[in-house]
Amino acid sequence: MPVANIQVSETPLVLYALRRADDALILGHRLSEWCGHAPMLEEDMALSNIALDLLGQARELYTYAAKAEGKDNDEDKLAYLRDVRQYRNLLLVEQPNGGFAQTLVRQFFYSAFADLYWRAMMASRDTTLAAIAAKSEKESAYHLRHASEWIIRLGDGTDESRARAQAAIDHLWAFTGEMFAVDEGECALIHADIAIDPGSLRGRWLTTLSGVVSEATLELPQTDWMQQGGRTGRHSEHLGHLLSELQSMQRTFPGQTW
Amino acid sequence: MVTVLERDSELRKRAWDAAASVVDPEIPVLTIADLGVLRDVVLDGDDVEVAITPTYSGCPAMNMIALEIEVALERAGFRGPKVRTVLSPAWTTDWMSEEGRRKLHAYGIAPPQASNSRRALFGEQAVACPQCGSANTELLSEFGSTSCKALWRCKACREPFDYFKCH
Repeated sequence: MPVANIQVSETPLVLYALRRADDALILGHRLSEWCGHAPMLEEDMALSNIALDLLGQARELYTYAAKAEGKDNDEDKLAYLRDVRQYRNLLLVEQPNGGFAQTLVRQFFYSAFADLYWRAMMASRDTTLAAIAAKSEKESAYHLRHASEWIIRLGDGTDESRARAQAAIDHLWAFTGEMFAVDEGECALIHADIAIDPGSLRGRWLTTLSGVVSEATLELPQTDWMQQGGRTGRHSEHLGHLLSELQSMQRTFPGQTW
Repeated sequence: MVTVLERDSELRKRAWDAAASVVDPEIPVLTIADLGVLRDVVLDGDDVEVAITPTYSGCPAMNMIALEIEVALERAGFRGPKVRTVLSPAWTTDWMSEEGRRKLHAYGIAPPQASNSRRALFGEQAVACPQCGSANTELLSEFGSTSCKALWRCKACREPFDYFKCH
């Protein structure tokens, strides 16, 4: 018998935590798909380690979202019992792994943002979010360094690796605008010093990107058109497939525990 | 005569010692006290609550450690012990004891270097080989066999080794 989706009362704070939790879970899941398939053992372990960090961040954020909602939900229900339209992650993080270069470009775009974002969030007046930020900030710094080194190695590598890295940058660029967008509910949280204005990070994010990308002999696209929708549940076709795998056990055996 | 205060402080010490005896399942030479994961032990009457701070957000050893703490306290005579996870302040390798660093080194893992500042994170790293002591080493991978370790190689004795990362 199919398991019904849970309902979530998305107050601005619940939604805020949920969006960041979904980012971390979905990106972590994508990286975990490399486990056993990465081009070398060290990289297999690195991507799995990063996935684990993201999964840990997701758990803290889901737990907090459930607490803020104050209903019957918990981290597992939020992860396993919401359908694709209820997911609130960035379109960027659900994009398929593609080749190794595409995975690393996706990781680079996200980590460059996450590093700045979590560092700024350490000053949040919400003590739980500030605590999660303090933990995540250190992890993101390692993730960013790892991805940056790969972008340089791929871009400044062979013709083949350079072409793949550039193609990935061009392909994923349109999904980066969403990181800096806010809605009305988030504006109120920013006003209350609970959230930070992501738009204020864009300049530094671009500086980080430009430095690495030019060292890699690659180029950032000049286009400004950006795709949005993930934050309100309008996803690309890829997320449904990802969720069907991520949720299959709980959907098949409801409430099953290890 | 034993006052209530003395009895409580004796009980708390017993609870602390029991919790502090729990070792990291991944690095069994280190106790959670050595690691700085054990933050506090609170007694309320006969109820005991242990506060721990996770090393990394997703560290799978934390569930195991929480379970082991409960078992250790039950064995020490405490009924229904509770383990609470405290996120703030965030764990840092600066909390690792000198004793812990010495034990890590003897175990063959290079201990974290003194400071967890971003400079230490991103500056030039020079990690001495825990096997032969040579400073002629190189980083193989930022991410090692567990979240908290990086993989290095000694160019003098040719042995690979784990380095407990600054955090």
